[in-house]
Amino acid sequence: MSVQLWTFIIVGLTFATYIGIAIWSRASSTKDFYIAGQGIHPVVNGMATAADWMSAASFISMAGLISFMGYDGAVYLMGWTGGYVLLALLLAPYLRKFGKFTVPDFIGDRYYSNVARTVAVIAAIIVSFTYVAGQMRGVGVVFARFLEVPINTGVFIGMAIVFFYAVVGGMKGITYTQVAQYCILIFAYMVPAIFISFAITGNVIPQVGFLSTESSSGVYLLEKLDMLHRELGFHEYTTGSKSMIDVFAITFALMVGTAGLPHVIVRFFTVPKVSDARKSAGWALLFIAILYTTAPAIAVFARTNLINTVSEKKYTEMPQWFKSWEGTGLIKYEDKNSDGKIQYVADKDANELTIDRDIMVLANPEIANLPAWVIALVAAGGLAAALSTAAGLLLVISTSLSHDLIKKQIKPDLTEKQELMWARIGAIFAVLVAGYFGINPPGFVAATVALAFGFAAASFFPAIILGIFDKRMNKEGAISGMVVGLVLMFFYMAVYKLGWFVEATPPPTEWWFGISPEGFGTVAMFVNLIIAVVVSRMTPPPPADVQQIVEDIRVPRGAGAAHIH
Amino acid sequence: MSKTDLKEYWRRNIRIVLILLSIWFFVSYVLSIFFVDALNSISIGGAKLGFWFAQQGSIYVFLIIIYYYVRYMNKLDKEYDVNE
Repeated sequence: MSVQLWTFIIVGLTFATYIGIAIWSRASSTKDFYIAGQGIHPVVNGMATAADWMSAASFISMAGLISFMGYDGAVYLMGWTGGYVLLALLLAPYLRKFGKFTVPDFIGDRYYSNVARTVAVIAAIIVSFTYVAGQMRGVGVVFARFLEVPINTGVFIGMAIVFFYAVVGGMKGITYTQVAQYCILIFAYMVPAIFISFAITGNVIPQVGFLSTESSSGVYLLEKLDMLHRELGFHEYTTGSKSMIDVFAITFALMVGTAGLPHVIVRFFTVPKVSDARKSAGWALLFIAILYTTAPAIAVFARTNLINTVSEKKYTEMPQWFKSWEGTGLIKYEDKNSDGKIQYVADKDANELTIDRDIMVLANPEIANLPAWVIALVAAGGLAAALSTAAGLLLVISTSLSHDLIKKQIKPDLTEKQELMWARIGAIFAVLVAGYFGINPPGFVAATVALAFGFAAASFFPAIILGIFDKRMNKEGAISGMVVGLVLMFFYMAVYKLGWFVEATPPPTEWWFGISPEGFGTVAMFVNLIIAVVVSRMTPPPPADVQQIVEDIRVPRGAGAAHIH
Repeated sequence: MSKTDLKEYWRRNIRIVLILLSIWFFVSYVLSIFFVDALNSISIGGAKLGFWFAQQGSIYVFLIIIYYYVRYMNKLDKEYDVNE
């Protein structure tokens, strides 16, 4: 059977599963739609959180990115896992005890202010839209590569599927589809990794293979790779090329950004108890760690494999996968010195090969000569990763609109049924906008991930942490902190990443403190924190009933059901 | 539960959170970033230690931190009779 037929069958089956789950788990109340009725078991929620969290970027791009960055790839590995420690220790249990539906709900009530609520709604929408555009694009790209349909058709198909289960099932439908999507994506990620680890090192566990010797040469894999890198003029694989302060800033921004992302936080509202919120943060990290500890191993295998296969070899003797990816334009070869061999070196003028980092995971099964069904599985896994994240983000947008904007501010007399209808309208609206951005990706799509994390770090994280741990924090402090944090982050990103308001994007030598736009969330976060504390101490303390809320959320007992007052 | 008990419960919670966050910071920032070069002079298996912490070890430590916190807090909740 051909790869394409397998892909149609496996992708078709997974899509049918998602739709089946959506019909089975229809949401019948706003509580179902917003927080899955609060009846989700912590292990199930951990799995759903893992799928919610791991996006197309984690599944498709990360291993490839690391294989080109070497040590510097640690910013993603630690940055996208370390945030769960913050979630488990500082946020999830208290927000669960608070027991409302959304993150702006917490901000609005804790800071007794609709201005604070509106700032939170705006931040949630900006963060989620910047993030979701990339996911829809990812769906389109996977379709285009594996099923040979135009990218836009792929985006439409993805929209239709997400539309169906997000609009019908709400959080309840999304939770159970995310569990299915986690199983598919982790299986699809691990199967080729295990095969390749065995082929290269003779060890079936990629995390162990990472530390082992190469079967063919008997040299430790990482030493071999450092040696190859030195020969070709690249920086050593196990040492980085970024400055230490920038590595620190990026890692920190990604960690606090993770802990401040509304679509991740809201998952912890779906479990029955406070202790379950702590537990499910642990389960989520365990499920994520399976992929995240495998990715650096894949990066090393793929990098070694690539250099061994292409370096100084005759172009005419390249294997089939090289030719087929060349056809997609993701591998490019230009014989600059006309010797018929491939020179893959650090020196830009002599280098003859350019490789798109994304193909490292997607081409892995072909490079390792795995059967056609494994290749099809990788396509289904990439789609599962993109769709699960997109659905979680769309839900945040729809609830921000229906609950925090309409129910809480514009029309408080909305009935339960009307609010549910508005939530569905919100979801439809969000799917359409996300699809539009998927088809017409704005110029700043490349910057979106950094932007989303930077905004989350600069706005939500300090406001939530202070709301829990600083009883004296008042609305004046929180609002000014969030607004300054957001504006500062936007300004830095606009100037230093996108080159807006200036003639040309300033070079890295002009970065503030040597910190890149990706890591600037760290600075914006601390600025928010300091401003919030200073302003709050100069303005009146919060009212007594708000201080009582802070006392209450510190004690687990009595979490019970979310109240709708 | 009395006010003093509540204070005591909260104080012990904050203490364990601060201890665990120091470990979190030490492993991910001190070992994996600030002193990575010094640690790289030591090898475990085929990898330099600093590099290994940055790409593998820190993630395992994160898991242990959360596991320990969940266990500790479940016990503390029972001790102060604030469990659900």
